[in-house]
Amino acid sequence: MSVNYSALDSKLKRQRRASLTDTNLLLIITIIVFLVMYFCAVIFLKKGFTKPQMFFNILNENASLLVLSCGMTLVMITGGIDISVGQVTCLVCMSCAVHLQKVNEGLAFGNVFTSLLIALAIGLAFGIIQGALVAYLEFQPFIVTLAGLFFAKGMTTIVCSDRVPVTYDPFVKLARTEVTIPFLGSVNKKGIYIPAYVEVGVLVALAVVVILFCLLRWTKLGRNFYAVGGNNQSANMLGINVKRTKFLAHVLCGLCAGIGGYLFFLHACSGSPLHAQGAEMNAIASSIIGGTLLSGGVGNIVGTLFGVLSLSTIKNIVTSLGLEDAWWTNITVGVMLCIFLLVQSVILARKNKNKK
Amino acid sequence: MTANEIKIKSGNSATAILGKIVRNQLFIPLVALLLLIAFNLITDPGFFKIALEPNSDGNMVLSGNLITMIDYASELVILAIGMTLVTSASGGQDISVGATIAIAGSTVLRIVKTQSPNISGAKFAGIIIVSFLLCVVVSAIFGAFNGALVAFFKIQPMVATLILFTAGRSIAAWINNNDNISITDKRFSYFGNFIPGISVPTPVFITILCLIIIAIILKVTNLRLYSQAVGINASSSRLNGINPKVIKLLTFVILGVCVAVCGFIKVSRTSSITYSVIANNIEMDAILAVALGGNNLGGGKFNLSASVLGAYVIQFLTTTLYKFKEIDSSSISAYKAVVVILLIIISSPFVRRWIDDMKNKREAARKGSADLAMAEAAVDSALNNIESETEKENV
Repeated sequence: MSVNYSALDSKLKRQRRASLTDTNLLLIITIIVFLVMYFCAVIFLKKGFTKPQMFFNILNENASLLVLSCGMTLVMITGGIDISVGQVTCLVCMSCAVHLQKVNEGLAFGNVFTSLLIALAIGLAFGIIQGALVAYLEFQPFIVTLAGLFFAKGMTTIVCSDRVPVTYDPFVKLARTEVTIPFLGSVNKKGIYIPAYVEVGVLVALAVVVILFCLLRWTKLGRNFYAVGGNNQSANMLGINVKRTKFLAHVLCGLCAGIGGYLFFLHACSGSPLHAQGAEMNAIASSIIGGTLLSGGVGNIVGTLFGVLSLSTIKNIVTSLGLEDAWWTNITVGVMLCIFLLVQSVILARKNKNKK
Repeated sequence: MTANEIKIKSGNSATAILGKIVRNQLFIPLVALLLLIAFNLITDPGFFKIALEPNSDGNMVLSGNLITMIDYASELVILAIGMTLVTSASGGQDISVGATIAIAGSTVLRIVKTQSPNISGAKFAGIIIVSFLLCVVVSAIFGAFNGALVAFFKIQPMVATLILFTAGRSIAAWINNNDNISITDKRFSYFGNFIPGISVPTPVFITILCLIIIAIILKVTNLRLYSQAVGINASSSRLNGINPKVIKLLTFVILGVCVAVCGFIKVSRTSSITYSVIANNIEMDAILAVALGGNNLGGGKFNLSASVLGAYVIQFLTTTLYKFKEIDSSSISAYKAVVVILLIIISSPFVRRWIDDMKNKREAARKGSADLAMAEAAVDSALNNIESETEKENV
C-alpha cells in the first residue's frame, strides 16, 4: 500500500497554518497595533516621540509592570489569576525602604543585597501560600489572591504608614546608574549629543522576559502550563501533575511579584502605601492585550511585552495630546481593553465553530 | 440493617439534627456573627448600648455601635443582593461596582447641583426623583454593557467588568468636569442620614425596602429558578427553553439598579463626592459577603438571605476592628484578610469533603464492628445448636 506523502505533507502544512491563525493571530495583532500606534505618534505628534529616549523612557517607567505582567501571564495560562501582585509590590517597596533606612541609620545590619533578599522572600512567601491554597486546597484563585491583596495592603501600613524616602548611598547609586545605548541618542537644543540610556531595572526585566520565554517555549514545565490551562482533565489523563503545575505557576508569579516590586523600588527610591496602586489591573490588562486568554491555555510572553508597551505608549500619547486630565488615560485604556476583549471573543467563537 | 434503617435510627438522635444545622448555609455566617458578638461583649460590655441623643441638627436620633453598623452595612447589603444574582447566573463576579457607584453618585450630583437651595419642597422632591431615576437608568446601562460583554461575547465576568473598573472612576470625574461639588441643601442629606423626627437612619429603611422588593420578585417570578438553571448548566437550560443570554443580561441590569441605589445613598451621606475614594474596595466586600454566605462563586444555587447575613458580618467585622484605636484604619484589611482566609478554609468544599470522608470512615468502622459482633453471635448460636443437638443425640 502506497502512502501519498505529498498530500499528507500539504495537510500537515495546512494544519500548521491553521494553528498559527488561531493562537498567534492575537500576538500579531498586538504587535501591529503597537507599531502602528508608535509610528503614528512619531509622524503626527513629533513631541519627543522622534527621540529614541522616549521609547527607552517607556521601558524605564514600566520595568516593574513588565515583570509583574509576565508572572501574571504564567498564572493566566494555567487558567488562574493573581490579583495580589500590585499590593505585594507595594509591600516589597515599603519593607525594603524601611530596611535600608534602618541600615542607613546604623540600626540594622544589611546592604543592598539583603534588601533584594527581603523582596524575593516576600514574593516567594506570597506565591507559595497562595499557590498551596489554590492548587492543593482547591480554593478559587480570585478569592485567595483577593485575601492576599487585603493582607499585603494591611501589612504595608503596619510596617509603616508614611512615605519613606531612601537615602542609603550604595542603593541610590545603583538606582541612578544609567546604561547608555550605543549609536542611539539625540541632540538637545544646545547642540549637545545626549546618548539614550536605560536603567538597570530594564535589563533585569528583559532578562526575566527572556528566561520566561525560554521556560514556556522549550521546557517540559512550560508545556505543562499550556496543557493544564487548555484542559485540566486531559492534562491529568496525560500524566501531568496538575496540582503541582498550578502550584508552580503561582510560585513563579509570586517570585515575579517580588522581582517586580524590587524594580519598582529601584525606580521610585522610596516606599509608600500609595505605590503601585492598580498595578494588578494594569498587569492583567497588559496580558490580555498581549493575547493571553483568561480561560487559559493560550498566551505568550512576547505578546505580554508588547501589551505593556502598547498600554504605556497609549498613555504617553494621551498625555502629549494635551489631554492632561488624569481621567483620559484611564478611559482610553478602558476602551483599548474593551476592543481587545471583543477581538479575542470573536476569534474564540470562530475557533469553536471550526472545531465543530 | 439496611441503609434506610440507619437513616431512621440516626434521624432521631441529636447528632443528626446538629449535622443538619451545621450543613445549613446560614450556619457559617451565623456562627461568625455570634462569635463577633461574644467577642465584643467580653472586651467591652457597653458595646451594644443604644442611646437616644440629639445630633448636630437637634434631632433625637439613635446612636451606638450597633446602629452605626446596621446603618453603614446598607450599601453592602444592597450590593450583595445584586452580586448574588450575578454570581448565580454567570458564575463570576462584577468587580466594577465601586466605580459604577462613583458614576451613579456623580450623575445624581450633576442634577442636584443645578437647583437653588431655597426651592419649595415639592420642586425639590421632583428634582430628587428625576436625579434618582436618571442615575438608575445610567447604572442600568452600564450594567447592561457589562452584561452584554458577558452574555453575548462570552467574556469572563471578572475580565469584562475590568474595563469599567479601570475607566469607571474617570467617567465619574468626567461627568462633573472633575469639580468638587458639595450640596448645601440640608434636605439632600436626609437620604443618607436622618429625616427630622425619625430616629432611625434612613438607609436602613431603604435597605428594608430593597429586601422586600427583591423578596417579592423572587416569590412572584421565576428569576431564582432561571438564574440557578443558567448558572448550573447554560446549554441544558437553553435546551429547556430558557434563554441564558437574556437571563445573564438581566442579572447584570438588576445589579446596576442596586448600584444606583448605593450610589444615591453614598453621595447623600456626605452631600459631596470624591471620585477616587468613594466606595473604595466595596466590590471586594460585596464578593466576600457572597462567599461568606456559603454561595458557590462558580455559579448555580444561591441563598440570598445568607448573602445578606454575610454582608452584615463583614460590616460587623469592620466596625469591631475600627473599635481598636491602636489599629490604623488602613491596616484593618490585613486582619480582615486573616479572618476571610479562615472562613474560606472552613467553608471550602475540600475541607467539607475531608470531614465527610472522616465521618464515613468512622461509620464504616462502626458498621464493620457491628457486623463482626453479629457474625460472632451467629457463630455462637450455631455452635450452641450443634452442641445441643449432639447432647440430644447423646441422650
